[in-house]
Amino acid sequence: MAKDEIAKEFKYIGTRPNRPDGFDKVTGRAKYGADVSAVGMLHAAVLRSPHAHARIKYINFEKAAKLSGVKAIVTRDDFPIVKDEDTLKLLENTIAGDFAYYDGHAIAAVAATSVFAAKEAIKEIEVDYEVLPHVIDVDEAIQPDAPVVRENAGDFSVPEGSSPNVASYIEFGRGDISGGFDKADLVKSGRFKTEAAHQGYIEPHACMAQLDHDGQGEMWVCTQGHWYIRQMCAAVLGLESSKLCVTPSEIGGGFGGKTTIFIEPLALALSKKTGGRPVKIVMSRAEVLRATGPTASASMDVKIGMTKDGYLTSGSVEFRMQGGAFGGSPVGEALQCAFASYNMPAVHHIGYDVLANRPRAAAYRAPGSPMAAFAVESLIDEICTDLNLDPIDVRLKNAVKEGDKSSYGPKFKKIGLIETLKATKDHPNYSVSLGVNQGRGVAAGYWMNHGGETSVSVSLAEDGSVNVTVGTPDIGGSRASIALMTAETYGIPYDSVSVNIAETGALGFNEPTHGSRATLASGKAVYEAANQTISEMCRRVARKWQIDPDAVYWEKGYAKPAGPNAGDFSPISMKQIASEMDKTGGPIAGHHEASISGVGHSFGVHIADVEVDPETGRVTVLRYLVVQDAGRAIHPSYVEGQFQGGAVQGIGWALNEEYVYGADGCLQNAAFLDYRIPVASDLPNIDTIIVEVPNPDHPFGVRGVGETGIAPPLPALANAVTAATKVRLRSLPMSPAKVLKAIKTGSDGC
Amino acid sequence: MNKIHVKTNINGDRVEFLADPRETLLDCLRDHIGLTGSKEGCGTGDCGACSCIFDGDLVSSCLVLGVEAEGKLIETIEGMAGEDNLHPLQKKFIEMAALQCGFCTPGILIAAKALLDRNNNPTENEVRYWLAGNLCRCTGYDKIIKAVMETAKEIRETA
Repeated sequence: MAKDEIAKEFKYIGTRPNRPDGFDKVTGRAKYGADVSAVGMLHAAVLRSPHAHARIKYINFEKAAKLSGVKAIVTRDDFPIVKDEDTLKLLENTIAGDFAYYDGHAIAAVAATSVFAAKEAIKEIEVDYEVLPHVIDVDEAIQPDAPVVRENAGDFSVPEGSSPNVASYIEFGRGDISGGFDKADLVKSGRFKTEAAHQGYIEPHACMAQLDHDGQGEMWVCTQGHWYIRQMCAAVLGLESSKLCVTPSEIGGGFGGKTTIFIEPLALALSKKTGGRPVKIVMSRAEVLRATGPTASASMDVKIGMTKDGYLTSGSVEFRMQGGAFGGSPVGEALQCAFASYNMPAVHHIGYDVLANRPRAAAYRAPGSPMAAFAVESLIDEICTDLNLDPIDVRLKNAVKEGDKSSYGPKFKKIGLIETLKATKDHPNYSVSLGVNQGRGVAAGYWMNHGGETSVSVSLAEDGSVNVTVGTPDIGGSRASIALMTAETYGIPYDSVSVNIAETGALGFNEPTHGSRATLASGKAVYEAANQTISEMCRRVARKWQIDPDAVYWEKGYAKPAGPNAGDFSPISMKQIASEMDKTGGPIAGHHEASISGVGHSFGVHIADVEVDPETGRVTVLRYLVVQDAGRAIHPSYVEGQFQGGAVQGIGWALNEEYVYGADGCLQNAAFLDYRIPVASDLPNIDTIIVEVPNPDHPFGVRGVGETGIAPPLPALANAVTAATKVRLRSLPMSPAKVLKAIKTGSDGC
Repeated sequence: MNKIHVKTNINGDRVEFLADPRETLLDCLRDHIGLTGSKEGCGTGDCGACSCIFDGDLVSSCLVLGVEAEGKLIETIEGMAGEDNLHPLQKKFIEMAALQCGFCTPGILIAAKALLDRNNNPTENEVRYWLAGNLCRCTGYDKIIKAVMETAKEIRETA
């Protein structure tokens, strides 16, 4: 197979073998963040701000330090002075300096001989707070006279006269916006709001760290990306990166939330203060919800024009998103996704990244895309209803295709939105008849996907089996998909490939398992590394046969002479080549390091059927369909799993999940009982169709499948609830109380 | 606080440990016995990742005190597989990709086994309600429910 050609016939890719780590994970043997201990280990607890916004006047820990079992206490004073702005934000969020910026902001940490001793000690730390005015809601925070979250937080992009809480401003677009609206037969606009949702991984953050006075340290941590952890910890602690060895545990879910630091530098700082004893920190669920990154909350204005035969003529959006006290909401990504599915003559985008007294937003599966989809796809649905047009037909008329310039600039290569829409329309779910109080909603979603910095190695064992070493933690079956691609490249059985996730010293820098990149990027790199070893094996066989290396080619696990002119030789198996490595030149290994490009843009279309109880406002999801272009499904079961998991996270965001704040600015629902993620009895089966329009820039056609699925559920459910109730729901979550109010008053108040 | 000597039986083994009276059974399993297969996802009985069998009852071990284990029979995920092969549920979960990150998996397997031990012919709705106390954030439950239903069918066919 030529390297620039996408193969179509596969032996292993597209099959559904057992995942290599399955046995460990069903027997309780797999080690997650909190599952390791070390001799002499101390346990740590973190004191957190009980106020949404306060000046920290002084911290007195004399009494706490004297308690039995207490070995070390750290505050901001134990961290170096940092000048770089991004590092300072990371440090500020890790441990408060002069101000506590949100309920749950870390103030101090204690290491002690037991968890109980550490928890008792933090109660004895006295902090004198001067409580300051706070702001939680994004529309309030953007008012010019709003309480100021952080002074001088705005960057160069912020227009004059803006609220001091605007951290940055984005504006882009093309075409004649007002002319486009003039050409439309119907122009509609609306304001849409979404509340912050948490990634809700079941495993709380946990780490065990050790740091000596000479700056050498090691860490065991549950993370999506241990090079990120190393880089960030080194930056906030003033360490040399290479001296910190970070080993990733198995990870109990991340969804973007485990791509940054929270407790990790605290554990290192505490360890250093105890002369290098290992320190373990395990967050409670309440700490996870109060202090780790949820996604942003959003307030969005949208205006769209359409002709009566269903062509979009013009669209404009203004998105305001708060991403906590340090900025960094995904408003830019939200704008990129807003109209990305459609070929529109005129689009205009404005975005504000706004500060509020909330925890620092972290990435959450397709950051920004779900909010954008909610606003835009809801309004398109409204217009389709008013013009009496089929929502899939309208999307087919406007869908982007190969060669189109996207709404945010780049030209699309081969993409599969049209194929995805057609598959959706053909599915039986689209024609099931609905009963009383029932409604159907359709929506599309987009995510650009990501490649990123990647480094892998591949080595042959003496028996011809293969070790693949990657730096992307396996969060949902990527060991299996990487093993399948490796087996395909060599033409050896899947079971002959073992995939290891290496610590930071074993490979070059790897970005986390984020951006739907693990299978795409590590897979592409492993393909290149494996081909290096295939070339080397061919060279060694050529030497043996005393022919030119170009006269040897590789097929299905064997080196073969390339045609009759090369000579008459019996093919030599990979097993035999490996068994003779020691005599033919030593170990055979391949490496590949690159910033992986050539990501495949991903589109999905969902259909939700719901029933709304008119007496309680409760929404029941009756049936649900996810259709998405995977490019190529390497292990279809785990592709379906990504579709289903993303959809259900979106369903939770649409119906149940929200951050609830009191008048004091403190989070009121910091527990799984009150921050209610979907449970098994809330849901129907999640049907899936995998569309495969191969990504031309990946050796196997992979696009990346992890993220897109969370975007369409928000509008699909809103459209379905609206169809059932005849009232447009414009703010999430569509909790029973809100739906009931909408039924009774004709509006949800947004 | 003085520790209390606890004698119990875990997965068929007689076990003794010293428990701080404030420690949960989950703490004792993980920190004293070294059985870290049971997970803490919430510590408040909401997520089910710490599910264990306690004298025949399905419990959240984060809501049981360690000292309550005195004289009891406790089953954890580490005791689920036989010496030679996995429990049919474990096998089916791997085959049908009913786990992604795997963190909730031990608790879900324990809870599902408790269901099938009582009723090997549950409806899909019964499985969904039985497992409503076990949170999974990765899978959307679809493949979990199907794996439990499929295992039940297999158990019925081989019974």
